[in-house]
Amino acid sequence: MADVESCLKATELRLGLPGTEETTAAAAALPTPPSTPRGKKRDGNIAADEAAKKRDGETAPPAAKQATVFEVLTRVETTFVSSCRAQVVGWPPVRSYRKSKPAPAEEKAPAAAATATAAAGALFVKVSMDGAPYLRKVDLKMYKGYRELREALEAMFLCFSGGAADTPSVNPSDFAVTYEDKDGDLMLVGDVPFDMFISACKRLRIMKGSEARGLGSVKNN
Amino acid sequence: MSTPHSSSTSSAPHRASPPQIPESLTLAATASSGSPSSSSASGMRDAAEDDSDSPPSQMSEDDPGGGGGGGDRWEPDLRGGNGGTGRWAPPDQVLENVLESVLEFLTAARDRNAASLVCRSWYRAEAQTRRELFIGNCYAVSPRRAVERFGGLRSVVLKGKPRFADFSLVPYGWGAYVSPWVAALGPAYPRLERICLKRMTISDDDLDLVAKSFPLFRELSLVCCDGFSTAGLATIAGRCRHLRVLDLIEDYVEDEEDELVDWISRFPESNTSLESLVFDCVSVPFNFEALEALVARSPALRRLRVNHHVSVEQLRRLMARAPQLTHFGTGAFRSEAAPGGGLSVTELATSFAASRSLVCLSGFRDVNPEYLPAIYPVCAKLTSLNFSFASLTAEELKPVIRNCINLRTFWVLDTVGDEGLRAVADTCSDLRELRVFPLDASEDSEGSVSDVGLQAISEGCPKLESILYFCQRMTNAAVIAMSKNCPDLVVFRLCIMGRHRPDRITGDPMDDGFGAIVMNCKKLTRLSVSGLLTDKAFAYIGKYGKLIKTLSVAFAGNSDMSLQYIFEGCTKLQKLEVRDSPFSDKGLLSGMNYFYNMRFLWMNSCRLTMRGCKDVAQQMQNLVVEVIKDHSDDEGEAEIVDKLYLYRSLAGPRNDAPPFVTLL
Repeated sequence: MADVESCLKATELRLGLPGTEETTAAAAALPTPPSTPRGKKRDGNIAADEAAKKRDGETAPPAAKQATVFEVLTRVETTFVSSCRAQVVGWPPVRSYRKSKPAPAEEKAPAAAATATAAAGALFVKVSMDGAPYLRKVDLKMYKGYRELREALEAMFLCFSGGAADTPSVNPSDFAVTYEDKDGDLMLVGDVPFDMFISACKRLRIMKGSEARGLGSVKNN
Repeated sequence: MSTPHSSSTSSAPHRASPPQIPESLTLAATASSGSPSSSSASGMRDAAEDDSDSPPSQMSEDDPGGGGGGGDRWEPDLRGGNGGTGRWAPPDQVLENVLESVLEFLTAARDRNAASLVCRSWYRAEAQTRRELFIGNCYAVSPRRAVERFGGLRSVVLKGKPRFADFSLVPYGWGAYVSPWVAALGPAYPRLERICLKRMTISDDDLDLVAKSFPLFRELSLVCCDGFSTAGLATIAGRCRHLRVLDLIEDYVEDEEDELVDWISRFPESNTSLESLVFDCVSVPFNFEALEALVARSPALRRLRVNHHVSVEQLRRLMARAPQLTHFGTGAFRSEAAPGGGLSVTELATSFAASRSLVCLSGFRDVNPEYLPAIYPVCAKLTSLNFSFASLTAEELKPVIRNCINLRTFWVLDTVGDEGLRAVADTCSDLRELRVFPLDASEDSEGSVSDVGLQAISEGCPKLESILYFCQRMTNAAVIAMSKNCPDLVVFRLCIMGRHRPDRITGDPMDDGFGAIVMNCKKLTRLSVSGLLTDKAFAYIGKYGKLIKTLSVAFAGNSDMSLQYIFEGCTKLQKLEVRDSPFSDKGLLSGMNYFYNMRFLWMNSCRLTMRGCKDVAQQMQNLVVEVIKDHSDDEGEAEIVDKLYLYRSLAGPRNDAPPFVTLL
């Protein structure tokens, strides 16, 4: 088990330079792992247990803490309960009708539309970000346009960019959001009308670094 | 009135025998008028939030599943209904007439099913006299077959999608379209009065066809449906001159803001017989003056539930027009005026005081707690109160609930906390149904109620029959206490929102708690489990849960033994829905002998493969086995089955399945 641990640690993907301090904002953005069951363990949670124990015992500097959490998440991904902290569809089992609260009078239309799409069935696509240890899924029908989608993606992947958006090391325009369409081609998000994009998009990919430079500036649509 | 144990499944072969369709399994369609107690006590239209076992009369679960007469036994052209002349002239016409007169008095599905099995004569007579048709799975039987058998239907109840569709687990476009049914029912039953749908898709065109086909149409009830807009509602309102009931409950109404239709105005002046109008889910603005006028000319109006576009000032006007209301959905329960202005609490209270018949209150969608005291005058008479859209604290709840001494049904948000629940327990000793919903429905939420609240309720409400409880922290002890204090429980649904959470004090799995429930609550028919659960929990459920009809399992169990325990033990199981549990093909196959006795099995995100599902499909000819893919999983492995939905059916594989559904 120790071997596996060190191997995993050696090969883990990390964002940011080694030793980079994570800000408290980024730390807060990371979802907390599940509370460890004391006593009996189940297969699916062994990884989480170990990681949590490790975490509890550490009084590490932020960089190490960040590494540990990534380690947890990398390992958890391989267990049956994969990416256990990612939101699972339809859990807890509360109807969307009940989840959406009626908005104040001025905002009725958007609220109704949001309820609408949630209830009508989702269009989930995978979102990968270069360097992130696990993927996410978004429901494309939840967004009315590119701006909302981009904001949601930024919020979702903020923690992986090594810090808050305003740290000098990370510039939002260094990222380009691309998607894979029905033909398998990698396309830049934003060229076609949003509705057309939704019907064509099979998965999303957030590119960063040199590949994305220059493309990221085409972000306002 | 019901014949005891006359479920048609009782004529099925012993459960251990090789898989054959029980002879009685023909039409999955049975009639039901619902048990008398459910329709009177529940003012909450339980079909809205729940399905099956705690329903109002329309959605009753008295469907033994096996269906009525043995259609496969009879000659194919036995035409009970509209098929024209039968081949036999009954030997004794007088007897047949007498039979029909007598059978008219049978209303319960079970009785009718039993009667139809007696002999051909009875089968025919029953088919001619059945007035309400209940079909628990719209794909279990074809419309044509239903129409051929039954001659004089007045009411049809149809259910479509599996319940997990409510939680976005069934992709958009899966099915459950009502169109073929409306098309078939129209010509066959011109005297049809009532249609109730649950989880089906009904378009504006369908509504149009309904309005055209049934001149005597009186009652439309749509629960958790979609596909229609205010345009369709306008057609119904305008053309169904005898409409008495229009109940829209938790539907998704498709509306673009700029295409809104003023449907309330379409109720003609001549319609003065409205009894029930429920439209809180139609969340778009509407014409209030038209509603007020409609209410004013409807002396029979007993149930009115408006949407949140209604202020307390407007409520007052409505109440003045309809002092005879029994069920009232109060909209936003907030003033439209600036703070400080608007209606005073005293004035609103006067309105409530004048409504002497109110027994059920709901709404409170955007409640201003300052207005809550206005309902004090009616609290003592209330049997049903729905605060599940109002974020009230314990302090705000207490003064209200302390007056509700006759409350039988209470829905609330967990914002009231354990303390609020304790206040409920202190006052509402007659409580039968409790639902505690989470304000923040996410796994990592704080959760404001816990085992403490559950324990308090169990001590204060010994007559409890149905509970739905969302929490984050629970103990076996509290669940065991409830199992002992509330022996009348029929529905027990506990949702510990964090996955795999153990007993918060001992760290043990929740096996013993749920075990105690099935052991001690001898009337239990519906169970939803959660928290950390091992196979042991399911061993208990199989051993003691002999009356369980609906079982919901999520993130639970260790191995396929759990499924085996369920299938072998729960002899009355009708509906099993499972998600995210480590069950493989082996577990699935252990149910082979039992699938015909069930309405459906749903499994998603388990460890099923195509191989196992195909095995089932091949061996069970009258089972439809659907493998459903998410839209975006094109590149997923072909062998892994993410979503399985299987159900018995006389209609064979459906022809309206979308591309992401594979019928094996």
